[in-house]
Amino acid sequence: MNVALAIILVFLLLAIYLGIRARRGKDMDLEQWAVGGRGFGTIFVFLLLAGEIYTTFTFLGGSGWAYGEGGPAFYILSYGSLAYVISYWLLPAIWRYGREKRLHSQADFFASKYESRSLGVLVSIVAVVAMVPSYLVLQLKGLGLIVSVASYGAISSNVAITIGAAAVTLYVMISGIRGSAWTAVIKDIMVLSVAVFLGIYFPLKLYGGMGEMFHRIQQHDPGFLALPHTGYNVVWFVSTVLLTALGFYMWPHTFGSIFSAREARVFRRNAVYLPLYQLILLFVFLVGFAAILAVPGLKGDQVDLALLRLSKSSFDPWLVGLIGAAGLLTALVPGSMLLMTSATILSKNVYRAFVPSASEERVNRLAKALVPVVALVAWYFTINSGKTIVILLLLGYSFVTQLFPSLISSLLPNNFVNKWGAAAGIIVGVAIVTYATVGGLGTGDLLPFLPPALADINNGVVALVANAIVTVGVSLATRPFVARSSAPTT
Amino acid sequence: MRPLYLLALVPFIGILGGIFFANRIEPFVLGMPFILFWIVLWVVLTSVVMAIIYRLDPQNREEER
Repeated sequence: MNVALAIILVFLLLAIYLGIRARRGKDMDLEQWAVGGRGFGTIFVFLLLAGEIYTTFTFLGGSGWAYGEGGPAFYILSYGSLAYVISYWLLPAIWRYGREKRLHSQADFFASKYESRSLGVLVSIVAVVAMVPSYLVLQLKGLGLIVSVASYGAISSNVAITIGAAAVTLYVMISGIRGSAWTAVIKDIMVLSVAVFLGIYFPLKLYGGMGEMFHRIQQHDPGFLALPHTGYNVVWFVSTVLLTALGFYMWPHTFGSIFSAREARVFRRNAVYLPLYQLILLFVFLVGFAAILAVPGLKGDQVDLALLRLSKSSFDPWLVGLIGAAGLLTALVPGSMLLMTSATILSKNVYRAFVPSASEERVNRLAKALVPVVALVAWYFTINSGKTIVILLLLGYSFVTQLFPSLISSLLPNNFVNKWGAAAGIIVGVAIVTYATVGGLGTGDLLPFLPPALADINNGVVALVANAIVTVGVSLATRPFVARSSAPTT
Repeated sequence: MRPLYLLALVPFIGILGGIFFANRIEPFVLGMPFILFWIVLWVVLTSVVMAIIYRLDPQNREEER
């Protein structure tokens, strides 16, 4: 066994140990398992929110984008800030309602606000499709990539994926969200130190400094560091940043972390710290930029390997092992949240919608029993999926963003949107997004009458606008009917 | 809606509006191309703006449970 592999294994065992120990005498009913008994303070909520945000995709994809696209990568650093600004008001509102109604999932939230179990089922389907075949698969795929490269091929990607999936399943079943929170502690320490170290070391070692590095890139490929005139241009940047900032907290697994907070102030405090924490991304970018002239020629999917390739060609195995361990943890933490959330939703919001008489105890047992099932499905997709994975991730993000209009309107003091409007809007939005993404159509293709200056708007904006119009229109049209068939609610 | 909350619009203007003027490589600032410097600056300023809002918001003084 080589040194790198041994180090990765040590961290895997440490994560499993912390994940299991997190249970510590707690009786794991759904309340403890899914939302940590609503008792987490600022630090745990910070770690959970940051844990879900800084994933394998950030680690590999962030450096990969800087390497392959240059300037457009900076959007990744921008949308979080605006999302955190919104979070100052959005998260306390969601949290307060969740505590009052004892909610455990995002689908619970919709079902309760719109008084419709069927809407809860629709939201569950959108959520699970967005999470399992795309986001969770991406984490596992990244995990396999990192471990196989960092172990110098001693462990194949598929073996790593299998071990990783089994480890997450184990501690999620035992400790639920507490397991995720505790493994997030070690993950954040590792990622922070590895990213900062690499981001400072490479520009200094290879170019003599960051400024020197950027000048060399500018000479090598003038204009690469800014946004281009077409494609990923300024219009694309603004629309994508805005869209992503709105969709940021629509991820179903984020709701679990919102409900786990002890008080509303936790979120307001985190809205101050989380923007700064994003600067980790700056260091990740620097690694990607440093790789441009040091390991040239990576194309397509290969750009995601920039960070790992550069590290392997520069460091001793023990350091590569530490980098691999950090990468492993960036996959485990969000992976565990995704797994737990999917299982909770399937049990509480789908199974129970069809079997309303099911007891709390039964729903709780089923949720835990579904963890290995969901893990197995994700494992199967990971082992068997090809390049379509990028399309799946784009789809996932666009899917959850479609929940934004009806979620926001449900928080208004006088919500005029009803369940019909909410459902119709979500379905139309999801349909447009699927059509555009699968067909590779941009805004200019969808709406050919738009002036060319707007053709590069992110196509998700088209879906979101259509969704909002349908949501409002259908709500107004069905209003007389709904008012007659059900008692008005306050 | 407190007037204080209007401060929250500042990061949106800085990042989304500012990018139209900041999409340039030169001058390099602190070793970074201008566009990167501009975004990093606004990430830090967002944190500052939210800290001001947090401090002045009376909601955060009462213990809310």
